[in-house]
Amino acid sequence: MAKVLMKGNEAIGAAAIKAGCKYFFGYPITPQNELPEYMARELPNIGGVFLQAESEVAAINMVYGAAGAGARVMTSSSSPGIALKQEGISYIAGAELPCVIVNIVRGGPGLGGIQPAQSDYYQATRGGGNGDYRHLVYAPATIQETVDLLMEAFDVAEQYRNPVMVIGDGMIGQMMEPVEFKEPKKRPIAPKTWSTDGTKGERKPNIINSLYIDPQELEDHVIRLENKYAEMKENETRYENYNVKDADVVVVAYGTTSRVVKNAIAKCEEEGIKIGLIRPITLWPFPDKAFEEITDRTKGILTVEMSTGQMIDDVKIAINGRKPVHFYGRTGGMVPIPDAIVEEIKKISGGVK
Amino acid sequence: MTKVFEKTKGLTDKPFHYCPGCTHGIIHRLVAEVLEELDVLGESIGVAPVGCSVFAYDYFNCDMQEAAHGRAPAVATGIKRVHPDKVVFTYQGDGDLASIGAAEIVHAAARGEKITTIFVNNAIYGMTGGQMAPTTLVGQKATTAPYGRDASHAGNPIRVSEMLATLDGAKFVERVSVHNAAEVRKAKKAIKKAFEMQLKGEGFGIVEVLSTCPTNWGLTPVEALKWLEDNMIPYYPLGNLCTPEGVK
Amino acid sequence: MQERVIIAGFGGQGVMSMGQLLTYAGMIENKNVSWLPSYGPEMRGGTANCNVMVSDEPIGSPIVTEATVAIVMNRPSLDKFESDVLPEGNLLINSSLIDIKSERDDLNIHYIPANELADELGNSKVANMVMLGAYLELTKAVKTESIIEAFKKVFGESKANLVAINKEALEKGAEAVR
Repeated sequence: MAKVLMKGNEAIGAAAIKAGCKYFFGYPITPQNELPEYMARELPNIGGVFLQAESEVAAINMVYGAAGAGARVMTSSSSPGIALKQEGISYIAGAELPCVIVNIVRGGPGLGGIQPAQSDYYQATRGGGNGDYRHLVYAPATIQETVDLLMEAFDVAEQYRNPVMVIGDGMIGQMMEPVEFKEPKKRPIAPKTWSTDGTKGERKPNIINSLYIDPQELEDHVIRLENKYAEMKENETRYENYNVKDADVVVVAYGTTSRVVKNAIAKCEEEGIKIGLIRPITLWPFPDKAFEEITDRTKGILTVEMSTGQMIDDVKIAINGRKPVHFYGRTGGMVPIPDAIVEEIKKISGGVK
Repeated sequence: MTKVFEKTKGLTDKPFHYCPGCTHGIIHRLVAEVLEELDVLGESIGVAPVGCSVFAYDYFNCDMQEAAHGRAPAVATGIKRVHPDKVVFTYQGDGDLASIGAAEIVHAAARGEKITTIFVNNAIYGMTGGQMAPTTLVGQKATTAPYGRDASHAGNPIRVSEMLATLDGAKFVERVSVHNAAEVRKAKKAIKKAFEMQLKGEGFGIVEVLSTCPTNWGLTPVEALKWLEDNMIPYYPLGNLCTPEGVK
Repeated sequence: MQERVIIAGFGGQGVMSMGQLLTYAGMIENKNVSWLPSYGPEMRGGTANCNVMVSDEPIGSPIVTEATVAIVMNRPSLDKFESDVLPEGNLLINSSLIDIKSERDDLNIHYIPANELADELGNSKVANMVMLGAYLELTKAVKTESIIEAFKKVFGESKANLVAINKEALEKGAEAVR
């Protein structure tokens, strides 16, 4: 298929429909509005349903109902809206329902701003919802990657019966890049024998539920979930490593920030400083393995984020004290500029050798 | 020997956990009997609330989903939009529906979601131990209104049926009670009409059922029935507030 | 080759679509491209700008911080983006609406009366295409034919009748800097 030039938010909508998503429940919030608008335009044409909910809380619970009814379903929002959805996300994880949640992150806390930010790393990877639960978090850096991961996210969600979050920011949502829609690789997805679509008198009732009043039953349930999360960690962790092996400094960055870092790396290379990049593509599971490639030559690690430092916690866990970990970040909707990152890199590398 | 009574197939064999004298059991049975009589058990998906009837998913003999507190109408919306040809209902208490889930019920009704809501109003939070509900009467004592509900402090109780009946999307609204046999029969008729209306695709339907909570009201079951009649019905008058032409 | 372009003006001047056409044309020519708009309340306040990258190499950040070209359609845009252009870069100024001169002496500065030239063609709305024509003539970033092809793709059949005047506008702009 030929490439088309698409805005990130609309490309997400198109990818979801191509992946078989027929139901979308959401509530307006900048900077992701083009996505629900796209779904409102397109879903009725394919026999699907777009419904603007009365709140983000209602929207995620509609997703719960639709997912429990066996449908491929998606919602999207931006930071404060995702905060409201945390209740539903926890229930969806607890009841083991598949769905895709898109978060086009904006600056916070509170109402914050509407410009690109990565200050929801904790919210996405630790979860604002209650309980021992996890979900995959994809953090694409280009529109093509967004589309690829979004399409795959529906399959992954169904394979593991778990919500999957795709996290971008205002830049990914608003910019245009060429995209091509490709079928994701086939995955083993079991038929939805658990869904509530009426017993027709032919089977016992199916119950979608996250309540286990007996503590032993709840512990058993949580341990089973934990085993599932371990399997996801084993099979679904993704990252991109660039020149990590013989780097003076290794930079860790994801999404939009990783693109700016690539510009900074190019500048450093012109000056003869060797810089590596670890780009987590899944924020959860965090790619600990990517850090095994770091060699003795490397003087330090620089984590660059559009936040005051959230992913850096996972970087420190992954590096486990082997190297000093430094931080550079802009926040509130400010995007770091390559020269500022170069300057930070030089502080660690000690300049040209 | 002639069989004079048989338990409805609409209920499972799981014993109810409800307190002695609580009228949830009657209301469960009425809903289950209606689903059986309409022959839609195999086509029904119910949504249970958070509150005393949280385990409703274990009692109704059809597919069920357990919703977060107050979100049953949103969950039911998701189900109904995926399966427009199925019968979808929510079963909710007063805290769930009229307090934390006020937005969800109002908007489900406003959208005219083709679902049926069974709203059990016993003027108290039962499951959590007798706290004040949005439908607790003025002067009625609750653990969080130990001196009785004071309207100047906590406002007046909400008449949910009257409020929802103002919305064009709400096509069937009726308040019933289960404090005596005659009212139980009327309640069943209303519940049946509400489900028939859903089958005809008319719009949103709700039956508010006045119910007792002997445990948290601090009364015997018989006293509780009397208290309901004497105190609740004057504030929450019984009767139909709207019915579509087709099911009259 | 890497074109890093800032296009700026006020709402309704076709700033966004000018950028999209350039981006689309780059894609047609199999170049790496990106288009990044300003968004949010500032758009509603009247000013609009976008960043366009057209490159033979893969694109890192789509944010243009060291522009090779800035196309400014009104005075506030000149004030805001004049300093972002690298030395030896091109600064295209819509002199119909900007009555001052640039303070930079290390740039190739072109004053183009885009609105007047568009009016000469009988359609003041094509001032953006006049500027784009000038830009293409100066940089040869993409072929004019690619822009026209992109125009057909972006605006579709309903605007097919406007292809001719847009072509003329591109040519008019090119002439202005030849």
